[in-house]
Amino acid sequence: MPRFFRLDEPALDGLIEALRQQGYTAVGPRVRDGAVIYDEISSVADLPQGWASEQEAGKYRLNRDPSAGPFDYVIGPSSWKQWLHPPEARLFAAERENGAFRILPNTTSAPRYALVGVRACELAAIAIQDRVLLGDRYTDPIYQARRKALFVVAVNCTRSAATCFCASMQTGPRAVEGFDLALTPVGNGRQYLGETGTDAGAAVAGELGWPEAPPEMMSEAAETVRAAARAQTRNVALEGLAEALTAAAEHPRWETVAKRCMACGNCTLACPTCFCTTVEDTSTVDGARAERWRKWDSCFTQSFSYIHGGSVRTSVKSRYRQWLTHKLAYWQQQFGTPGCVGCGRCITWCPAGIDLTEEARALRA
Amino acid sequence: MRSKSQARPKVGVFKFASCDGCQLSLLDAEDELLAVARAIDIAYFPEASSIMKKGPYDIGLVEGSVTTHHDAERIQHIRRQCRTLITIGACATAGGIQALRNWAEVDEFVRAVYASPQFISTLKTSTSIAEHVPVDFELRGCPISKHQLLEVISATLAGRKPNVPTYSVCMECKRRGNVCTMVAHGTPCLGPVTQAGCGALCPAYNRGCYGCFGPMESPNTASLSQQFRVLGQSSGDITRAFRGFNAWAWPFRQASGEGHRS
Ligand code: SF4
Ligand code: SF4
Ligand code: SF4
Ligand code: SF4
Repeated sequence: MPRFFRLDEPALDGLIEALRQQGYTAVGPRVRDGAVIYDEISSVADLPQGWASEQEAGKYRLNRDPSAGPFDYVIGPSSWKQWLHPPEARLFAAERENGAFRILPNTTSAPRYALVGVRACELAAIAIQDRVLLGDRYTDPIYQARRKALFVVAVNCTRSAATCFCASMQTGPRAVEGFDLALTPVGNGRQYLGETGTDAGAAVAGELGWPEAPPEMMSEAAETVRAAARAQTRNVALEGLAEALTAAAEHPRWETVAKRCMACGNCTLACPTCFCTTVEDTSTVDGARAERWRKWDSCFTQSFSYIHGGSVRTSVKSRYRQWLTHKLAYWQQQFGTPGCVGCGRCITWCPAGIDLTEEARALRA
Repeated sequence: MRSKSQARPKVGVFKFASCDGCQLSLLDAEDELLAVARAIDIAYFPEASSIMKKGPYDIGLVEGSVTTHHDAERIQHIRRQCRTLITIGACATAGGIQALRNWAEVDEFVRAVYASPQFISTLKTSTSIAEHVPVDFELRGCPISKHQLLEVISATLAGRKPNVPTYSVCMECKRRGNVCTMVAHGTPCLGPVTQAGCGALCPAYNRGCYGCFGPMESPNTASLSQQFRVLGQSSGDITRAFRGFNAWAWPFRQASGEGHRS
């Protein structure tokens, strides 16, 4: 049974400190280069208090807003994928030895991250990556090690960005599962309703001696989160979507969107669920050492569909179609849910301002 | 796989119209320079050594663009001398910044710049090496990335394909965790239409990409130009953005308004 507590700002600071004391590297939101990104934090002072984001297709601005609490920025360009499924990772190294070669063990141990400020859509994205990277016969050891050691502090959204559509994807804005602790900002973001999700979360809460939350705090929290859902302006109609998109393979809209799409790959790399990687082998000039690296890839690159003789998807149209139909149709068959959680990153961070919700709608027309 | 008994590949480094910056990337590879010198026979590299061995060469690295009659003949000769010919840098692969002359009257420049213009003999255009002879591999950039140069050398020696991706700068930008300058600041950036290789250097310092690695594999310059207009750029701004180090590369040339004078 979840338990509910009342936290003020010093209590939140105490939580970050306690997690660090337990050996976690705390990662949370902070301001950098005109955006709120996720990076290491050491106290509440690092959080983006007083900042709010303005988001539209192809546009993001971080503005001063004195009324904004530390979590009112909603979401920014980075996702937790960067910490759990890193952009570049060395798979192994090998050294030449007496005419043969020796594989060198990867000695670095997996980092222990405590993620602070994980939104409901992002929890859903982590659950999706769990299914992809751990849920099959083949598990990804890099992801698995980081995932196992993880502590998650979720934050329920009390504001939505104009690009959010988690409500229609049924992933948010309220965090239901997948967290150790969840916080809901109340009282204009100066206080939090704390909720336990796991024994690990309950243990931390007990240790810190938080007082129990009064009932009116719980109803206020529930209402502000519902209001954030109501404020969402974008949506994707899930009913019959996979079938409709599968049937729309030759729809003229693909041509229209291909005129705008630059195949730059930003959407896939910003997306918290896209998992695709490429592998590159390197060797030193003297040939004494070789390494194999894994890097985030995108179905928008030409090399992505390269097989003997050439690339299968030569046109941008076919690549955009791959992306959208994988996210909203084939993912369902592959992994049992859509591959989109409605975070809106691909909309905001597309330099051409292409809006996936608008494309999905047009493809059903 | 290379064996000890095999001779080290003989490499020549040749210069055309350029600033020498790309050749210097090789000398700049401090940590690896000794290994490079052991692994290859630098037979001809006037910038670095006064020993100049005659061809033929296994690998020719060509820097610079063709801007004179003499150079147009010399590249034919060099091509015949090199089994593998690799062009390095924006000048050699696209004509370089000096290709801006292709939109102007070279004779006017010559009269304005030189005290005795009668001694100047030059072509009206600056063109890439590939417009003159077949090229086996291109390394982009102004200057090239020393990592890519070492990668091509290491890959050639190991008999494997070099990792020189042709996708956009955005791929490296997002992997690096940069905040997109175009989306977050409204700064025009050529990253989406420019080939990766620099590691998204300019956006990492909050500058838009200048396109020094030239057009990526499928450059949608029309869409990017449209986005530049949304950001308040004029047609003149857009022309200037594309007329940089790779102005004469066809997709950028076209996007800059082919035929327009600068
Ligand atoms: S949809 Fe946008 S972000 Fe994605 S590849 Fe196309 S232009 Fe880039
Ligand atoms: S497809 Fe777009 S909106 Fe959906 S999860 Fe990915 S980035 Fe977010
Ligand atoms: S949309 Fe593209 S990059 Fe994302 S998971 Fe699917 S194939 Fe991979
Ligand atoms: S800053 Fe430029 S290179 Fe980086 S993601 Fe944005 S458009 Fe692409």
